[in-house]
Amino acid sequence: MAEASRKPLPPAIDPDFTRRYRFHGGLKLAGCREAASSRPIQQAGIPDQLILPLAQHIGEPAECLVKPGDTVYRGQPVARAIGRISAPVHASSSGSVLAIEPRPVPHPSGLPAPCIVIATDGRDTPAPDLPPVLDYLHTDMDTLLEHIRAAGIVGLGGAGFPTYAKLARGDAIELLVINGVECEPCIACDDGLQRERAHELIEGVRILQHIVQPAACVIAVEDNMQEAERALRAALDGRNETGIRVVNVPTIYPTGGERQLIRVLTGREVPSQGFPSDIGIIVQNVGTAAAVHDAVVKAQPLLSRIVTVTGDGVQQACNMEVLIGTPVSHLIAAAGGYTDHIERLLIGGPMMGYAVGTDAVPVIKTTNCILAVTARSMPAPPPAVPCIRCGRCTEVCPANLLPQELYWFARSGNHDAAQDYGLFDCIECGCCAHVCPSHIPLVQYYRHAKTTIWEQEKQKQKADIARLRHEARLERLERIRHEREERLAHRKQAVTGKSAGDALRQAAIQAALERVRQKKEEATATPRNTDNLTPEQQRQIEAVEQRRRERAAKSQDTD
Amino acid sequence: MEFKTWSSPHLPVESSVNVVMRHVLLALLPGAACMTWLFGWGVVINLLIAGATALAAEAFMLILRGRPVTATLLDGSALLTGALLALALAPLAPWWIAVVGTAFAIVVAKQLYGGLGYNPFNPAMAGYVVLLVSFPLELTLWPAAGSAPELATTLAMIFTGAPPAGVAIDAITMATPMDTVRMQLGLGATLTDLGKEPLFGIIAGFGWEWVNLAYLAGGLWLLQTKVIQWQIPAAMLAGLGGMAGIFHLVNPDLYATPLFHLFSGAAMLGAFFIATDPVSACTTPLGRIWFGLGIGVITWIIRTWGGYPEGIAFAVLLMNLAAPTIDHYTRPRVFGHHDGTPR
Repeated sequence: MAEASRKPLPPAIDPDFTRRYRFHGGLKLAGCREAASSRPIQQAGIPDQLILPLAQHIGEPAECLVKPGDTVYRGQPVARAIGRISAPVHASSSGSVLAIEPRPVPHPSGLPAPCIVIATDGRDTPAPDLPPVLDYLHTDMDTLLEHIRAAGIVGLGGAGFPTYAKLARGDAIELLVINGVECEPCIACDDGLQRERAHELIEGVRILQHIVQPAACVIAVEDNMQEAERALRAALDGRNETGIRVVNVPTIYPTGGERQLIRVLTGREVPSQGFPSDIGIIVQNVGTAAAVHDAVVKAQPLLSRIVTVTGDGVQQACNMEVLIGTPVSHLIAAAGGYTDHIERLLIGGPMMGYAVGTDAVPVIKTTNCILAVTARSMPAPPPAVPCIRCGRCTEVCPANLLPQELYWFARSGNHDAAQDYGLFDCIECGCCAHVCPSHIPLVQYYRHAKTTIWEQEKQKQKADIARLRHEARLERLERIRHEREERLAHRKQAVTGKSAGDALRQAAIQAALERVRQKKEEATATPRNTDNLTPEQQRQIEAVEQRRRERAAKSQDTD
Repeated sequence: MEFKTWSSPHLPVESSVNVVMRHVLLALLPGAACMTWLFGWGVVINLLIAGATALAAEAFMLILRGRPVTATLLDGSALLTGALLALALAPLAPWWIAVVGTAFAIVVAKQLYGGLGYNPFNPAMAGYVVLLVSFPLELTLWPAAGSAPELATTLAMIFTGAPPAGVAIDAITMATPMDTVRMQLGLGATLTDLGKEPLFGIIAGFGWEWVNLAYLAGGLWLLQTKVIQWQIPAAMLAGLGGMAGIFHLVNPDLYATPLFHLFSGAAMLGAFFIATDPVSACTTPLGRIWFGLGIGVITWIIRTWGGYPEGIAFAVLLMNLAAPTIDHYTRPRVFGHHDGTPR
């Protein structure tokens, strides 16, 4: 496998972005965006309850600042960020804190997580001490960044990386990419935002530009988002803007992914396990840019986002502006309710979205789409049959992996080979599973292999620590024994006046000590996949462990 | 409200193994029809015998192995193995030839290794090679192309092993063009002389060129419908034609033209239907090119210098052996694993 070396000086970026590069594979999927984006964005209103999970982002969960019974106001921080990679949470409307307790959250594990539950009063009273409106051109960088951090803004495209942390990396950034490409078919929230809020969006981009100071800035939209593109261009022309370019890219899934989009626009590849900033690029979602505008220009922290509610399981597909924490059931009701044969509720799109068991889960900062589907549009997959190595998966893999080989290794538990074949370069986009004629749930195999590897390496780390402790103890005992013998020898010498065999014993002890020392050196750990786990991955691991424990408990029960 | 959950992706699946196998079987039809037209009912009878044997052997083994029978039989893979083997057999070979070959292909080459998806060797070709080394004589019972024997004669040959009374066996069977080339070159003839004989048709042996064109048509349809990928057939034909071209340029009297090699014997059947068996072939895109090239080159070598008139079966099995190694050394560059500059 080629090592992740990169050129010291990347080629200059074509300022006109005339050429589109290709990434390997990908799929042209039938779009179903129109269902939602053809209608104006609606207001979902204030629900009876707001459920605010403390972990809505990548990084450390926020720390709760309120207690049950407290009165909270719109925009008031109810949980604060812990550490650099974290984000505060704000009350998205006024009311009183009902409880702080585990509630079902939108997460693939389906496990409940700590949430602040607010009973709204419907008055939507703003907090008295909201941060000031900033004139960003005349504000120093630290204040501006702190303002964005305090607004609780995270990447709204889906990953939820704290925006402040991304902007504050301090790297030399050549290119700022604003990602207006939808992650998946059916999702229309970015399209809707660009159509209706192009001016705020562009203003947000200018603020980001001011912070990052890139050599170039480009807004990427899909080539079938004519209306969005028109709206953006109109917003730019009105201000005689020159530093921001709007370009369209082919609608090939998963172009909305950060790495794929960078490849399409610049021809460069983000190094494996690296960040876009490693090659001088920052990518921000259009929704994030709009949120930055709201925070700086309107002094409003991240309280709402645009969510696409769609699928044949819901009466009226549409884009909605939704308060963070609104239960999905409230959204569905606002969209006219379910249709008769609703079977599955997906958070996210049809390719990477995860099915949730209940509509009591809230919309969080990263929720871009609620997809309610029937068995007719998205039937259960047929039973899997053996892989015939046809290679369709290889053709469509955007990471240029060999999914059929990875499957083989993942299935047989050959984790070393799986990693050698790039398991951790898999972005779980689902292209391989979608085209597999054997209907093998490939992505599930890869996820399982990844979590197993994380788990094993955590165990190994624990074992390493235990071994080091054990060796330290042996060494200590040896030293004590040695000292005691020395004392004895001294006393003996004092008594007899001789030191026979002393040198020999000394040498033996020295040799033993040396052996212990060598053993310790051998145990020095090599780098592991668990060394640089993001807190999100940690959370996934814990979720997996939790499930294991639950399953073990359940199987004991049934025994 | 509560909902069902399962893993992403959620879009309905695009294809299935059954559809793939059915496509390949359909694509064989033009070639099979052309062979029937040229060589008579023996082709159809072979197909029926081999197909029935394949299904019976597969069912028997699935029962022994305690696997689902009906669903697996319906995937069409056993039928396809039987059909590929049947199309490689001489149309007047006795019935048990098809039975023995197919049974070996399914029982030993496929099911004993774990069934669909687990066989390291192409089952049809494994069965064919067993027949070729065990019963070489029976595999030479080809009628002359275009003068297919009557149904009664064919039935007699297949089910009694001898022509009906009053018909001489030499009157109904005839060496294939590839056999003739080998024999005559051995006797000191030159290809320039041989080429003038009517047996050699327009480009590659009377009748055989049509069979190969028919398989080519079926193969192109498979390519167009994306059931197979271009690498293996293209590389195999390039390997075969390339070797033939080089040697033909060196000595046109001793070495047949590339066109002769590409349109005679089982060249097109091999390139589009046999070498492309995904289970036993290479699976990396680059590996598939090496795999196909290897089959083409080895086929030419066996045809030219080996002990058998046709070499595709051996070439396929030899490259099956090499496939895992080739795959290992031809892994594609994973995204983000090089200097990241545009290529």
